[in-house]
Parts: sequence; C-alpha cells; structure tokens
Amino acid sequence: MDFLMHPLNLVTFFPLLGVLVILFLKQEQKNAIRWVALVTSLITFGISLAVLAQFNASNPDLQLTINEPWIQVAGWNIHYSLGVDGLSILLLLLTTFLTPISILSTWTAIDERVKDFMIFFLLLEVGMSGVFLAQDLFLFYVFWEFTLVPMYFLIGIWGGPNRMYAAIKFFLYTMAGSILMLLAILWLGIHQGTFSVPELIAKGGIPADVQLWLFIAFATAFAIKVPMWPLHSWLPDAHVQAPTAGSVILAGVLLKMGTYGFLRFNLPLFPQAAVKAAPVMAVLAVIGILYGAAVSYAQTDVKKLVAYSSISHLGFVMLGLFALNPQGVQGAILQMINHGLSTGALFLLVGMVYERRHTREMDKFGGLWKVTPVYGALTLIVTLSSMGLPGLNGFVGEFTILLGAWGAGDAGGVLGSHYYAGFAALGVILAAVYMLFMFQKLFLGPVTHEENKKLSDLNWREIATIVPLLLFIFWIGLYPKPFFGLMAPAVEKMVTLVHSAALAALP
Amino acid sequence: MTLNQFGTDLLVLLPLTFLLGWASLLLLADLFIPARKQGVMAALAALGLAVSLVLTLMQKGSTLAFGGMVVLDGFSVFLNVLFLASGLVAVALAYDYLKHMHLERGTYYILLLFSIGGMMLMGMSADLIIVFLALELLSIPLYVLSGFARPAEKSEEAAIKYFLLGAFASGFVVYGIALVFGATGTTSFAGIVGAVKTNALLNPSLLTLGGALLLIGLGFKAAVVPFHMWTPDVYHGAPTSVTAFMALGAKAAGFAALLRIFLTLFPSLSADFTPILWVLAALTMFLGNVVAIAQRNIKRMLAYSSIAHAGYLLMALVPYGHSGLSGDVSASLLFYLVAYGLTNFGVWSVVMLLERAEGKGLALDDYAGLGRKYPALAASMTVFMLSFAGVPPTLGFVGKFYLFRTVLEGGYIWLALIGVLTSLISAYYYLRVVVIMYMHDGEPESLSAPWLKASAWVTAIGLVVFTFASGVLFTWASQALLTTF
Repeated sequence: MDFLMHPLNLVTFFPLLGVLVILFLKQEQKNAIRWVALVTSLITFGISLAVLAQFNASNPDLQLTINEPWIQVAGWNIHYSLGVDGLSILLLLLTTFLTPISILSTWTAIDERVKDFMIFFLLLEVGMSGVFLAQDLFLFYVFWEFTLVPMYFLIGIWGGPNRMYAAIKFFLYTMAGSILMLLAILWLGIHQGTFSVPELIAKGGIPADVQLWLFIAFATAFAIKVPMWPLHSWLPDAHVQAPTAGSVILAGVLLKMGTYGFLRFNLPLFPQAAVKAAPVMAVLAVIGILYGAAVSYAQTDVKKLVAYSSISHLGFVMLGLFALNPQGVQGAILQMINHGLSTGALFLLVGMVYERRHTREMDKFGGLWKVTPVYGALTLIVTLSSMGLPGLNGFVGEFTILLGAWGAGDAGGVLGSHYYAGFAALGVILAAVYMLFMFQKLFLGPVTHEENKKLSDLNWREIATIVPLLLFIFWIGLYPKPFFGLMAPAVEKMVTLVHSAALAALP
Repeated sequence: MTLNQFGTDLLVLLPLTFLLGWASLLLLADLFIPARKQGVMAALAALGLAVSLVLTLMQKGSTLAFGGMVVLDGFSVFLNVLFLASGLVAVALAYDYLKHMHLERGTYYILLLFSIGGMMLMGMSADLIIVFLALELLSIPLYVLSGFARPAEKSEEAAIKYFLLGAFASGFVVYGIALVFGATGTTSFAGIVGAVKTNALLNPSLLTLGGALLLIGLGFKAAVVPFHMWTPDVYHGAPTSVTAFMALGAKAAGFAALLRIFLTLFPSLSADFTPILWVLAALTMFLGNVVAIAQRNIKRMLAYSSIAHAGYLLMALVPYGHSGLSGDVSASLLFYLVAYGLTNFGVWSVVMLLERAEGKGLALDDYAGLGRKYPALAASMTVFMLSFAGVPPTLGFVGKFYLFRTVLEGGYIWLALIGVLTSLISAYYYLRVVVIMYMHDGEPESLSAPWLKASAWVTAIGLVVFTFASGVLFTWASQALLTTF
C-alpha cells in the first residue's frame, strides 16, 4: 500500500484511473468523458504540487526515490526505480500543468471519438511523467517508447488531411533513434552490471572511445526528439498535422524529453565524450537556431511557422546544455519550461482561430485586432514572450543561456570561442522578425476578408485555457528566482561531476 | 535392462506416450462420433492435451532414458509445456474456425495431437535418429493439415508444396545424420560429444559438413532464409487455424532441435558455424521484413513476418560457441518463443475472426474501420502489432531486449545493429495495419466466435501484463537448462 500511495507512483499512474472510468462510459457520453479526463488531469496536477511540497530544493540529489527490484534473474539487474531532482521537477510540473490545459482546449475541437481521444491523452500523460521520473534505463526506455503509441494515434486519427503520413513518420523517426539507444543501454547493462542511472554515474570508468559511441547512440535518440538540425524533418509534419492539443503536448512536453535526455543521461553518463562533443553539438545547436528562424520567416501557414520556431528555440536549449556550465544548463532548463509555455500557448491560439475559420494561411487574415481584441491582446503577449521581450519569460531563459554560452567561450570553457554566443544572439533578433511579421499579418492593418468581420472573440473557456499560461509567462519573466532555486543545487552538482570526471580522465 | 530401469524410462516418456496413445484412441472414437457433434472430438483432444500437460508439469530433474535415446531436462519440459499449451489454444481456435469454414472433421484434432507428439519428441531427443523420427512425426500430420481445406485449390497446393519441399529438407537431415555418423561412428549425443572431446574423430570435416546439412534441414522447418521459399505459399494456402499452429509449433520445434544440437554437439565447431549463422540470421531478418512491406494480404504479410522472427531467434544462436553464454542463448530463445507464440496466436485469432469463406476478408484493406466497429478487437490487434515490432509495453519488447542482450554479450555489435534496423523496417508494415484499422473507413464484419475472441483478448492482456511481471517467465526460461553430455 505504501508503494502504491508513493507520491511519484501516484503522480505517474493516477491518469490510469481516469482511463478506467472512461472505459466504462459510452462513446456518446461526450461531456461526461471530457469531465472525467479534465478532473483526472487536474487531480494529477494537484498530486504533482504535493510532490513539489515534499521536494527539498536545497538537496541536489534524487528525492522521494522508489527502488524496487523488478527483474533480477539470469544476470539481469533491473529495478523499478523512480526519483525526482532539480533537473526533472520542473518538467514534471510542466507535464501535469499542460495536460489539463490541453484537455480543456479540446472541449469543442474534438467531437469525434472523444472516448478514444481522452484515453490516449491520459495514457500519454502516464508515459511522459514516467520518462521524467524513471531512474533505471530499462524503465526509462519502456516509458520513452510508450509515449510514441498514444501520440501516434492522436496525430493519426484526429490530425489534419495528411495525418497518416505524419503519424507514421513521427513514429518511425523516433523509433530509429531509440533503437540505437536501446543497444547502448544493453551495452551498459552488460558491461557495467546495472541499469540504474545513479549507480552508473557513480561507477563511471567507461573507456573514452566506448563513451563516444555510447554518447552518439544516446544522442541520436534524443537529437531526433529535440529535434536538432539536421534530424528535424519529422517535426513540421507532425506538428502541423496534429490536432491542437496534440501539438501543445508535442511541443510543450515531448520535445523536452529529448533535451531532458541529454541532461539526464548524455552529460553525466559519458562526461568525457560530452566535453569532447560539446563544440560539435553547439555548432548544430546554433545552426538549428538560425535555420529554424530563417525557415519560420518563410512560412505562410501560422502553425508551420510556430512549428519551425520550435527548432530555433530548442537550439537555444541545446546550446545552453552544451555550454556545460551552471548558467548555461540552468538557462536551458528554464528555457525548456518557457518554450513549453509560450509555444504551447501559441499552438492553442492558432487552434482557436482555426476552429473558427478552418484555415491557417496568413493571407486569409489581417486586421483581426479590430474584430477580436481579446484574442489579439493575448496573442500579442504570447508573441512577445516567444521572441524574448524583457519582462517576459523567454528573455530570462535566452539571456541566461547566452551568458552561459559566452562563459563557455572563455579560455578554459568547453566551447573555447565566443562565436557560438554571438551567432546565437542573432537568433534572438531573427525571432523578433518572424514573430512580429506573423503578428502584423494576422492582426494589424484593415480587415481584408469579408468572413473575418464576423469572427467571434474568445469565449470564457478559451480564455481560461490561456490565462494560466500567461500567469507563468509573467511570473518567470518578472521573478524567476524560485524557478532557478529549484534546479540550482542539482545543476551545480551535475556540472561539477561532468567536469571532474572529464578532467580525471585526462592523461 | 532391469525392470526398474524400464519403469523410469516409461515415466520419462509418460506425457508423450499418453498423448500418442490418446490420439490413437481418438482415431477409433472418431468412427463412432457423428459428424454433427465434432465439438466432442475437440473436447476430447483438449482433454488429452490437458492431461499430458499436467503430467509434464509433474516431471522434474534431468535423466537420460531408453539407453540415451531421449532426455528429460528443464529444457525439454519447458518446450513440452509450450507445445502442449499451444496445442490447447490451437484446438480452441480450430473449433470455432472449422465450424465457420464448414471443415468440421474429427481427423483434424487427431492429426494435431500426433504433430504435437512429434514436437515434444523433438525437444527430448538425445540421439540423431530420434531427431529424424520426431521431425517426420511432426511434419507428416502438418502436410495433411495444410491440405485440410480440400477441395480448395490453394489448400491442396499448399499441402503438396509443403510436402515436396519438406521431404527434400528431411533428406538433408538424413544425409547430415549419416555424415555425422561417418565422422564419429555413432548417432547418440553422448557418443558424439565423447568422440569430439577425446579427439577420436574418424574424419573431422565430415562432422562439420554433417552439421551444416542438419542446419539446412532444420532451418527449413524454422523458415530461415534461404530455406523459406515454402512459407508464404503454405501459410497463405493452409486453413488459417493450421497456419496459426504451424507458425509457432514448427518453428519452435525447429529451434528446439537447433538449440540442442548446436549447443551440445557442436560448440567446438563454432569457428565454422558462427559466421554461417551470422549471415543466415542477417539475411533472414532483412529479407523477411523487407518483403513483408510489399504484401497486401494479411496471411502473406504475417508469413514474411514469421520468417523475420526466425531471423531474430537465429540471431541469438550466433554466440552459441561462447562458453558461459550457452545459458543465455537458450534462455533468450525460449523466452522469445513464448512472447512470439502468444502474439502469434492472438494475431491469427483476429485474422480468423475477419476471414470469410473462399479466401475473402484477408486483404489488409478488409481491416479498414475495425477501430470504430470493434474497438476491443482493434485494440488487441494493435497490441499484437506492437509486440511483433518490439515496442513496449509488450512482451515482444522484453523478448527482443533479451535476444539483443545475448547477441551483444557475444560481441556481435553489427548483427545487433542489423537486428534493430530491420525492427525499424518491420515497424512500418506493422503500423500500416494499425493505420488501416483506425484511420481508414470501412465496414468489417467479425465472426461471432467466442473462442477466437477470447483468445485475442486474453493474449493481448497477457502480453501487456507479462511485460511488468516478466520475472516469472525469466526465471522459468533461465532454469530450463540443457543436459550436458
């Protein structure tokens, strides 16, 4: 009973209870199903707040750990092992926070097969929470791959016209990366005798050349998920075809699983390789920032624009991670949250106008501000947040990352050149260009299309889905200290560990 | 031979002799059971299998019997349980399927029992003569069963094809046995192992050649490329209930013999055989998965998928010569056989539920709309597809994990890479079924066949539940040790 009621087990598996209830409802009882899903996800969010309350921010180690032997025969040493620390607590909260918001956003948008939709959505939440909490590589892999299944259905059944192609591409792309990681996981299990992440980190001692291969295998899996340039081609398809709620979760949480993977596994497990690969990863990150921004600018479809902007934003996160200093990594974690909030909000807003007009072509709009002032104001705030205006969340994350990247460019830093930070800073300017361009096309000028004159403004439910996100956009922008406080000790410890392990290995 | 010895000999073979005796009795009983009451035959066959299963579960220890011709050990018990359990499922599936296809004849069950008897003997054989005997005992009823839907042309064609190629493969086995005999002067496992150990080989290259011929003959049964030619046609033409049974039973029996022969007789020849097995495994995984993509008929697609799975199983046999790995080789293979078997029966149950007379309802497009009309059935099918593709949380994933671990332990990284990349290819065509079920519109019609439905649901649930409780299976598989001679 203690095991079942453990807060981390509860927060991970509580959505299953909702699934069970929904299974007993009829397909026609749409509203009942929606309410069950919403209430379940809200309770899950409540549980995650309880986890936060029990979380000791000054402790850099894993907390609230569960470590039960799972498969212990024939040389297997697999544990059912969960835990949370400063690296993952915010991402867990982001997951449980975005899920109810997304469910709320589907209230009228999803009217077909509501039952299946909600089941898959709640299953997805289980997978995502599991990914951020698992501390055993086998368990992690199970959750990691499992998230593919519900997302595949969400895109494939409720997506846009090209949904089947997008769904299969999403699945196969991600699986291509993860099977390489699977082999690396097996190598670790065989040669290090354990799948437990903390034990593997403590044990260390993987030869440098092997480390590099393992690093590459893990990095492929995560880089596809992030996605890093040039492995990003699944993302525009998946994002554009997915239903709004799917896009929100995809951008908000699933992409973070990739960056989180780098943070949790690549850096501490293969420190030498990480230090060695840092310049390469940083170059890819910077290319991603500039490429994503340039391609965003060229889009005519709003949703595509937002999708490509993700590549740019996630580039910042990767740059921060591979600055390999506390500032860079803290900025990266915060930027993961920021991107989840801003891009999540952008996808929601795009979804709202799509529901009204059934198009996302920017040419079909213009002058919306006059017709729908509330919608315009909310979009403006989110746009500004996404492009990094000081006082809103995006600025804090990007600025900290740039500071970190600059620091890593000093003599003795892993990057060894200030060009990385310099080029990345260009990305901030480009972001302003394409975001404002989008805003201008949609909202400013005269109303050019007759259909747009009768557009209804946001209703209360829609405002309710956006306002919680805005709350955090302002909070992080104005007073980010509590957020940094949650992660600082854990980041400090991890960075020190990476550097000392990499130094110790020098001849 | 003392009377006492004779008693233990009989006890070792009791489950098998009981089953074969029961089958012979049923041959007689069939005469007296009216054609309208074929359910009785199914029930009697199931009863025989169940009794034999109980007898098998009571067996313990590790003994040679009948002068070293057969052996009882953890390995044979594991396999016998697998064969008998799959026999029980096969009876249940056949009962519903034959009724709907109007093929109800009691001989079906009797042939099934004889074939299972052959499979059991295969797992227990400790002499190459017994291997051959078992091979024929399991194959001949299967040839007949493949043609059971006569006068349907496809079924007859399948039977004749299977028979001709099968007889050819048996020839290879016999020739291999002869060569091994030529090299060592004996056919008993103990004798061959002794001759290899004491270096008393009459002609060492004959032994290698003999082993190679055995590999060909048994590889045929297991559907390993390039001995797989018969598989798609036979799987397609045979009544689906026979295909379901064959896909697991014949494959498992082939691998049982390969495991026992290679792990006990030929570890010293691993320098010769490992590269051959490596290439065969890689080819099988690649060809099976790639050709499956092109299939538009579910039975043919599953046939190629079963070839691919033979490749994964064979992959784990590659490191068989590494001392200290033999336990993992056999345990991972057995584990995967269970995972594969469960998925296999589930998937074929769904195929049978949607099949219509005269080969209708077998195109992939006939699965369109299944997700909407039969959500539970479609969900089960999804689980099977994920399990075949090796995606968690299904037992197929855990099984593949174990196979790949064995390969990596042996140090064959490139083979493992080929394995995972072909898994990726396979995900494409498995997912296509899911796409069709959920994302295309159609009006499929499922049979109202309780056994088939139950089989689909139970295996689907089992595949997920066993992922989390796989410790039991792991323990069991890792304790299913081979006797060393």
